[in-house]
Order: sequence, then structure tokens, then C-alpha cells
Amino acid sequence: MSIYLKIKHKLQPMLPFITLLALLPVWEFICWFAKVPNFVLPSPSEIISAFLNVEITRWLDHSWATLRVALLGFALSIAISIPLAVIMVRSQFLTKTLFPLLVVIQSTPVVAIAPLLIVILGSGEAPRLAITCLITFFPLVVAATTGMLATPPELIELSKSLRASPVKEIWQIRLPYAIPHIFSGLKVAVTLAIIGAVIAEFVAAEKGLGYFVQFSTSYFKIPQAFAALIFLSIMSLVLFKAVHWIQTLYFSWSLPAQEK
Amino acid sequence: MQPYVSFEHVGHTYTLANGQSVNALNDVNFQINKHEFVAVVGPSGCGKSTLLRLLSGLIQPTQGQVKVFNQSITQPRDDVGIVFQKPTLLPWLSVLDNVLFPLKHKYGVVAKKDKEQALLLIEMVGLKDFSQRRPDQLSGGMQQRVGIARALLLDPDILIMDEPFSALDALTREEMGFELLKIWNEKPKTVLFITHSISEAVLLADKVFVMSERPGTLAEAINIDLPRPRSLQTIQDSLFSNYTSRIRKHIYKQANIEDVSTKTVA
Repeated sequence: MSIYLKIKHKLQPMLPFITLLALLPVWEFICWFAKVPNFVLPSPSEIISAFLNVEITRWLDHSWATLRVALLGFALSIAISIPLAVIMVRSQFLTKTLFPLLVVIQSTPVVAIAPLLIVILGSGEAPRLAITCLITFFPLVVAATTGMLATPPELIELSKSLRASPVKEIWQIRLPYAIPHIFSGLKVAVTLAIIGAVIAEFVAAEKGLGYFVQFSTSYFKIPQAFAALIFLSIMSLVLFKAVHWIQTLYFSWSLPAQEK
Repeated sequence: MQPYVSFEHVGHTYTLANGQSVNALNDVNFQINKHEFVAVVGPSGCGKSTLLRLLSGLIQPTQGQVKVFNQSITQPRDDVGIVFQKPTLLPWLSVLDNVLFPLKHKYGVVAKKDKEQALLLIEMVGLKDFSQRRPDQLSGGMQQRVGIARALLLDPDILIMDEPFSALDALTREEMGFELLKIWNEKPKTVLFITHSISEAVLLADKVFVMSERPGTLAEAINIDLPRPRSLQTIQDSLFSNYTSRIRKHIYKQANIEDVSTKTVA
């Protein structure tokens, strides 16, 4: 490989980051040149100084609160949706009765249910987890169900001809077969988990980045809200990458051919 | 000699989800002797796959009886090895673990001696150096060899093969046929080999069953008296082409295609 190609190869994953860095001066210039008021669009320098004005421990505190809700809600969602998918794969009847209900739940806007959940579940962590869970479980159920149903019928016949138990059929054939689908679902769901946590914090919280965005905007500290937004997107990105990393590390066979 | 497998007036009717029924097989009668290699040919939709499922006990006949060694089949049999059209290996397991899968799936544990047995089978199908590879690192032909090794693991009396080589290219297909005969020679089994290829059927089998269109029935059973071991020489034998043209005519006759020469050939 030539040196040029080597550098290109190394730089490839950095490209989006480099693009963003290159855009920062342009952004700064436009804000300065057009005299954009900072409540419309703060300049990068204003965002940076807003970020520095808040103690780092406070940032970490808020970030951790959001991350915690997102991760716990996400875990809860996995714990509910995978068994639910297994049940639906095993029973045609339950698929017919449960699936329309799931669609109804999914198509009701979570933002609208959020205040109700707070009333029902109180003001603690429970409603926040519930909201995160509600927003993430649908893609997971669909992914897991589709994956398990995509198992080649020959393997199911093999299992039947060996008179293996249904539990083994699910555990040793169907679930592993669904892994590529499940990971696609997880990647969608993990970014939704952050959204869920933020929505929950908008409705009722005294901590967290969602709460901090709302708090900052109500005091007209727009650059500070932007800084919080950047924290949120970084968090989303990191979680997405983490899911991908887990897949590469433990389930590398399930990656599409060009990613291996 | 007592027949090993016998189908007695076997018929099968599927009931579809919308309540309609499809008659896939009708009054099928045949016998297979122990360690006999039988090939089944016929047009698409003649119930070849139904035949396979009946023999493996995955489905029960709606009429008649399927017997193995005088015992009626009433549930799935685990002494039947099945090789499918596609290799259908488990992509997350190595070749070795794929071959061991039936044992693991049935009993949950794999003994050291089973592992040795599996390695021997892998060697027999010519994949000695590939036992730790994953299926996606193998070619189609190699994957199907793993499929054959997997079917042989529990040392079944009956080996059912559902168009096992139809997804392979022509050259690999021929090679795999000879390979299969070699394995069958080393480990004699009663084989039911379903195929679309007439020449493949004649080349491999002791007996060829020709099926008719739906509802499938056994139109003709032809004994193939070609010497064994069969080889590329066999294909050049004039008897070989006699057999293939005879079977071909049977199939075309069913399809109502006019063929004048039918009458002149024995």
C-alpha cells in the first residue's frame, strides 16, 4: 500500500470530525458577519465559553443523570422486548392479539404520554425509565421477531427431527439467528434511549442534560443550551459506537460482509 | 430379503391456512432394501419433498403407512440424517461445532469421543484443515460437505438428501456425486436421494423412482444395473445413456409432450 493510501485509510474514520472542525470557522464567521443574535444561533466561541463557565462537575453530574436513565431504560427495554418477541414467535395467536396493541402503543406519541406517566408513577426515576423504555422497545421487538422468523425452515426441521425441546430451538437456533437483526434494532434503540431520557427530563426532573437545556433556555442562556446539546449528541454517538463495538467483539460473524 | 423401508398406499393431503386442501401424494407404494441407494426424480411439485418429510417422520401420512423395518413411523426419527438443498449451517459456529450441532442440540453435552468422531467425518468429507473455520469462509461446495458430515454424525441408518447438490456449479456437482459414493461405500447407508437431474440419479443410484405430477405418485421404479464403483467411465457407458433417455421419456410422456421415438425404445 502506498503512503498516500495508508494516510487515506487512517483518516477515513476521522473524516466527519475533520469536516465539522472545518465548518466551525465558517459558522463563527457567519455569526459575526451577519450579526446573528446569540438567541437565534450562538457562535462556536460563545458556546465554548458557556461550556467553560459551568463547572465540569456539574456537566458530568447532568450527563451522568441522563446516561443513567437512558442505559437503565434501554436495559429494561431489552429485558421486556426479547422475551416478548420469543412469545410472539412461538404463538401465532399471541402475535395476532399482541402485535396490534404494540402498534397502538408505538403510534401514541410518547411526549403526550409522558405527563400522564409522571402522574401515575410519581416523580422519581420510575416514570423516566418507563418513558425511555416505551420509546425504545418497539424497534427491538420488531427486529427480534423478524430475525427469529427469518431462521431457515430447514434448521427448524432439523431441530424437530432431533426432537429437541422448543426452549433449545429458540435458544440454540432462532435467537442466535436473530442476532444480526437484533443488533440493527439495538443501534436504533440506543439513540432513541437518549431521546427518551431527555423527553422525561423535560417533563419532570431536577437533573440531567434535558433538564439543563430547558433550564438554560428559560433563562435565555442559549449558548449554554447549545453546549448541553453537544453533550447529548456526543453521548448518543458514543452509545451507538459502543453497541457496534460489542457486536464486533462478541458477534463478529453477524456483521455484514463488507464490515468484517 | 426383507425390505428396510416400505411405503404402503401412502397419500398425503396438506390443509392450507385458508381451509383448502392440496393433495401432494397419492397411493405411493415402494420398498427400499437396507443400504440401497435410491434416487427420486420428477417434475417440480410432484411431492418429492413430502416424501422426504414422511420418511423422516416430520409429518404423518394422511393415508397409508410408512414403515421402517416393519415399524410404522409415528414421530420424528432421530436415526435419519437429512442433507438439505442449501447447506443451512449455523453461521456463528465453526465447522467442527456445526458437525457436532445435532448432538449438542439433542443432548446438550458433547463427549470427547464424539468430537473425535466429528473430526473423522470432517476428514472424510475432505475438510481436515478447515475444522475451525466459520461457514462464511467456505465455498458453497465445502459448506455442503459440512452439511453431509453433520447428517452422518449420529450414524443414521437412513440418509435423506433433498437435492443436495442443486445449488452447486456443474463441475463441483459431479465431483460431489463421486465423493458421496465414496462416503456411502465407507459407511453404507440406506439413501433416499431427491434430485432434478436425471443423469445424477442414474450415476449414483441402485434404483431410480420416477414421480408423476401432482398428486404425486410413483410412475416407475427402474433398477440401475451399472457396475460399481461408478466413475467418469460410467457416464460413457452406452447403458448409462439408455437409462437416462428411458427416464427422460417417462417424464416427458407425463408432461404430454409428443415424442415419436418413445415407442421404439424398450
